[in-house]
Amino acid sequence: MGELMSYRDGTRLERAFQRENDHRALFVAYIMAGDPDLETSFELLTGLAEHADVIELGMPFSDPMAEGPTIQLASQRSLAAGTKMRDVLGIVRRFRETNTVTPIVLMGYLNPVLSYGFESFANDASDAGADGVIIVDCPPEEADALTDALEAAKMNLIRLATPTTDDARLPAVVKRTSGFIYYVSVAGVTGVLEADADAVRGPVERLRAASGLPVAVGFGIKTPERAAEVARVADGVVVGSALVDEIASAAKLNENVTQKVLSKASELAKAVRSARVGTA
Amino acid sequence: MNAPVSPTERPNDWSAYPDAKGRFGGYGGLYVAETLMPLVLELDRAYTEAKNDPAFQKELRGYLTHYVGRPSPLYFAERLSKHLGGAKIYFKREELNHTGAHKINNCMGQILLAQRMGKTRIIAETGAGQHGVASATVTARFGLPCVVYMGAVDVARQKPNVFRMNLLGAEVRPVTSGAATLKDAMNEAMRDWVTNVADTYYMIGTAAGPHPYPAMVRDFQAVIGSETREQIQELEGRLPDAVVACVGGGSNAIGMFHPFLADESVKIYGVEASGHGLDTDKHAASLTGGRPGVLHGNKTYLLQDDDGQILDAHSISAGLDYPGIGPEHSFLHDIGRAQYLTCTDDEALKAFQLCAELEGIIPALESAHALAKLPQLAKEIGEGGVIVLCLSGRGDKDIFTVADALGRTI
Repeated sequence: MGELMSYRDGTRLERAFQRENDHRALFVAYIMAGDPDLETSFELLTGLAEHADVIELGMPFSDPMAEGPTIQLASQRSLAAGTKMRDVLGIVRRFRETNTVTPIVLMGYLNPVLSYGFESFANDASDAGADGVIIVDCPPEEADALTDALEAAKMNLIRLATPTTDDARLPAVVKRTSGFIYYVSVAGVTGVLEADADAVRGPVERLRAASGLPVAVGFGIKTPERAAEVARVADGVVVGSALVDEIASAAKLNENVTQKVLSKASELAKAVRSARVGTA
Repeated sequence: MNAPVSPTERPNDWSAYPDAKGRFGGYGGLYVAETLMPLVLELDRAYTEAKNDPAFQKELRGYLTHYVGRPSPLYFAERLSKHLGGAKIYFKREELNHTGAHKINNCMGQILLAQRMGKTRIIAETGAGQHGVASATVTARFGLPCVVYMGAVDVARQKPNVFRMNLLGAEVRPVTSGAATLKDAMNEAMRDWVTNVADTYYMIGTAAGPHPYPAMVRDFQAVIGSETREQIQELEGRLPDAVVACVGGGSNAIGMFHPFLADESVKIYGVEASGHGLDTDKHAASLTGGRPGVLHGNKTYLLQDDDGQILDAHSISAGLDYPGIGPEHSFLHDIGRAQYLTCTDDEALKAFQLCAELEGIIPALESAHALAKLPQLAKEIGEGGVIVLCLSGRGDKDIFTVADALGRTI
């Protein structure tokens, strides 16, 4: 485990997993920063913290190649509203004025981060109060410079493992990753296929063993039932598209976006938290 | 134009690129989601094996000869040369290939590789539709299902090619996300690939994308430059003074350029599409008007805003309408081995008509961008000099676009 990264006293993210993980899985909620606009996504962020254990905050990108239609559209709405990388960090900073507990993981694509500059990004993101980063299109083979910058800023780099990650690749995938491993439960884009909790069990155990880190599962979890099933086998359950769908439909029907999203988040959180009661 | 770089700063062995990590200097690489990593690594292994297998090369040569119709002629464009006054101009006639463009050179190589890998479903992206047609052609020939992703805007402006693909049995899926052009078609193809990892082969049409695509597509297209090298020596008894090709993603260009890289006497010119002009936001000149970034699996010059968001490209030619460029071109640009010029929509339209009128050849609008720089280059190289232009495709597909631009109705 010499390769394994861990910061002294742990990061906010590491502490969150340590705190709860003995008795239940964490609920990880995803929204896109700036969707449908910056102010609403700030309200969502604050509200989500009442329900979610970890928040993944999407950084919009013009060409989100791993996303299904739901998050593609979220990205387009955010960019159309004029969201810049600095604005994304700006709402994290505002969030930290009132919340110092809930970890925030920034998730996005490499080019905007490259354009910002790895070191500046790592420093500014850390300074704003973000805890971890997931970059979808930056495999370990290309990640050294970004990882150096994040480690220097004491940020967690969370890597994705997928159903196609074979034994030969596993050591490379878990090397220099920290915080948790994000297991992509389906070969596909976000929010389209449904995860199969039984099929996820084996990979989660394998990843835990290989990394010594908690494993959160995402990419195909839409309902409280499915979230509960996955919560029985994984250390974290990530829901994104199902929440973002609520933003889109509320905006379309002129309903209160925050209310709709938070009510969905509350259902999902309950499902995740109660999943292991009586099964431990 | 770029300042010339002294030869000592350049590599001695051009075949050493890309390196083991798929890099051409600082460009290229492997920037894909983890789901695709094992697939592109497997592709790299399979391609390396095939490349070194004489049986594979022999089979490919057979199809190139008897199905594609290679070698393509090297033709002395006598009237155009006289008209421009200066160097002698030759056309490498890639438009005479089966399907009417250079794209099939690459598709033939990749379909043989896909079969060798046991893949049973082919996906492709297309801009102008030339690569889509070439993909649909080889998949028809080898009996594999084919899905072609094409931006909805391109579907509308390239109807003849959409119909051709349908006739060949391919399914054309219009892509409406983003600007609904080539870049978005490529995003959608990658989303398909990530969802269908077990059986699907992604047939990328240009010398871009994650390693090994830029190198593999270049190798399959290098037949253009290799033939040119032999043919010009037969015809002129020497190497040309310059080669020139249009550059979108850059596959016809790198195919022409690569066999000449070590010949320092041969000047190399790529021509990017500058659309309405470089001073507008409607162009597709990634090298001239962009900066390095990461998109579609590789690091290369991209059109992007200050925040790293990719900008929509514009060119009258759907095949050049792409905000990136193959990574090897970025490398050749930086070290100064190739020079990259630009050509506007209007210049391309004029060259399109001039070529038709003087040589009886209707060129693709893509190729017309290279043709448009001939007046300048013929003068620079001067009398007694020899220029070879890669006439990458024929222009039948473009007649509606051209008629529209000229204010005529067909």
